Amino acid sequence: MHSSKALLAAAALLCCASAVADINVGVTLSATGPAASLGIPEKNTIEMLGSPIVGGQKVNFIVLDDKSDTTEAVKNTRKLISEDKVDVIIGSTVTPNSLAMRDVVVEAETPMISMAASALIINPVDPKTRWVFKTPQNDSLMADAVAISMKANGVGKLAFIGFADAYGDSWLTEIKRSAQTAGIKVVAEEKYNRNDPSVTGQVLKLLAAQPDAVLIAGSGTPAATPHKELISRGYKGKIYQTHGVANADFLRVVGADGNGAILPAGPMLVYEQLPDSNPVKKSAAVYVSKYEGKYGPGSRTTFGGHAWDAYLLLERAIPEALKKGQPGTKAFRSALRDALENVKEAAGANGVFNVSAGDHNGFDNRARVLVKIDNGKWVLLK
Amino acid sequence: MDLSIALLLVQDGITNGAIYALLALALVLVFTVTRVIFVPAGEFVTYGTLTLAALQLNKSPGTVGLLLGLAAVAGAMEIIAAAREQAWHRLPRRLGLYVALPAAIAAVVWAVAPLGIAFPLQIVCTVAIVTALGPLLYRVAYQPLAEASVLVLLIVSVAAHLTMIGMGLWFFGAEGSRTPPFTTVSFRAGDVTLSGQSLLVLLFSVMVIGALWLFFDRTLYGKALRATALNRTGARLVGISPNLAGSLTFILAAMLGAFSGVLIGPITTIYYDSGFLISLKGFVGAIIGGLSSYPLAAAGSLLVGLLESFSSFWASAFKEVIVFTLIIPVLLWRSLTTHHHEEEE
Repeated sequence: MHSSKALLAAAALLCCASAVADINVGVTLSATGPAASLGIPEKNTIEMLGSPIVGGQKVNFIVLDDKSDTTEAVKNTRKLISEDKVDVIIGSTVTPNSLAMRDVVVEAETPMISMAASALIINPVDPKTRWVFKTPQNDSLMADAVAISMKANGVGKLAFIGFADAYGDSWLTEIKRSAQTAGIKVVAEEKYNRNDPSVTGQVLKLLAAQPDAVLIAGSGTPAATPHKELISRGYKGKIYQTHGVANADFLRVVGADGNGAILPAGPMLVYEQLPDSNPVKKSAAVYVSKYEGKYGPGSRTTFGGHAWDAYLLLERAIPEALKKGQPGTKAFRSALRDALENVKEAAGANGVFNVSAGDHNGFDNRARVLVKIDNGKWVLLK
Repeated sequence: MDLSIALLLVQDGITNGAIYALLALALVLVFTVTRVIFVPAGEFVTYGTLTLAALQLNKSPGTVGLLLGLAAVAGAMEIIAAAREQAWHRLPRRLGLYVALPAAIAAVVWAVAPLGIAFPLQIVCTVAIVTALGPLLYRVAYQPLAEASVLVLLIVSVAAHLTMIGMGLWFFGAEGSRTPPFTTVSFRAGDVTLSGQSLLVLLFSVMVIGALWLFFDRTLYGKALRATALNRTGARLVGISPNLAGSLTFILAAMLGAFSGVLIGPITTIYYDSGFLISLKGFVGAIIGGLSSYPLAAAGSLLVGLLESFSSFWASAFKEVIVFTLIIPVLLWRSLTTHHHEEEE
């Protein structure tokens, strides 16, 4: 009894000590549940960082799993803010979770860096999104790249099949807009679920519309299901995938059927093939060599890169914020937000950030490349 | 929609329906004998596919570790039970069944996995491992509570399901796997291509259903199971051990799951959490059969498969809604046409 009390006291002391001296970063991500294939590399990346020293201060990461669930993400955010007194939140992995977390962080005046794709999370920048930043490329940036490539390949009729969730919906909206700009007609729209054992019905319907190209908006290996079905039904046109599939598991599952498919992706996926003049080549190499050194060759995913980029933004912003306040105070959080809004020319794993008051993502065209699948490898399209 | 599209959809629907039918049979079997709603049935399917996929990569699958762990727990439970009842004479045989046999299977698979064995042998290994998990799960999770109410058993099932999903993520990772097809042969009949794989799935399901029928109709163990299903106390009085019946049922159910997993692997990508939806559709099929009739459950599953395939063509966004809404008119119809027996709790 006596010793356990002493232990408790020591633990409490340790907690207080760290709360005063260190910068606490709360992370909530989807390491289990439907988005686990995105959340796990993000978690690995944060674990790889350990407890780095930034601006002379130790940075602690407190990582929680939100099980890809919106309620859980909000609960985690409240816990991180009220119990762990974090200075900034990183998360979550998916769009619905990130949208729901915004209210909590704005109320607590704590900056948040989302690792989810949709531009809705940060746009428009108003009092509600003032504290919210995000590292992945906006879907619109990627959709434009796809539409431009389609136009160059002479595509006139496009068919769309995507997840029946926020990811698929967001892509459908964006590709319709981009396609219209490029003069491409969207002739069929179909939805499927990541766990569907068969997409034959949807694929037959797509083929009935006789498209020149099919865009599959899914993430990870589930995006291979319609892809393989299209090939087995004898479809000969172009197949486009989205950046959601950029991991080695997708290549493994899609196999030889994937040959020739085109997708937009963060440059880190093929950084070795970038010209030396590209600023992302060097910064992506830092991340990828570190990550693959720890988790094995070929383990890179662009999702892990988003977590790395979130840390990169903090690495830039923390020294600025430290000039205005002590970690753990309101002044520090507010200064951190201001500093995040002024990060310029920060080259990360997936592109170059130029964050501004009007754009809390800060990526430009350098954050996307077009990649072709060629015999189980990603090949940069020049 | 023309005839060729309709035929393709029918083919797709029957193929999936055949797999749902296998699961529906497992659900009906387990429910009638042990009163357990077998929620983790789907996990046996995913474990089947993913174990096979791991063996394909010449890796020892995570299910080997699970098998050893469960065997250890079951062994400990047997020793405690023997000590409590002072019935040491039963122990060696039970330890042999619950510990030595699974350990031997695990050891063999673990030893041969890195060698790159032939595809049929990989299937045998997969079915052996996943089937061995069934009776162990029964011993560890259900047998101590075998006399509890249906509701308690359902709660145990949900717990087992969630635990197995979590372990699946841990063993196999978040990304899915596919296994190579058994055959790439396809037949042309007019405009329509029949894939050999679909035919194999169908043929196999029919064979398994036939074998089950033979088992229940012609063998002593099968009759014992039927007797237990009809009247547990009566069966016990004539010397049928309910524990044996439970273990046997779970062996069969796990084997059905493993076979479904092996069959579905080449058709679609399976993830650690795919099993639940598949078993839920099997469950809809089983409900159509009133959780008691095998032929009706199989027919119901085929109906689910066809409905799913056609609704994915006409209204893909509402596919699941349509499939699961099917359960409402069926329940209505059943509650109007059958006399309801309140279970004595």
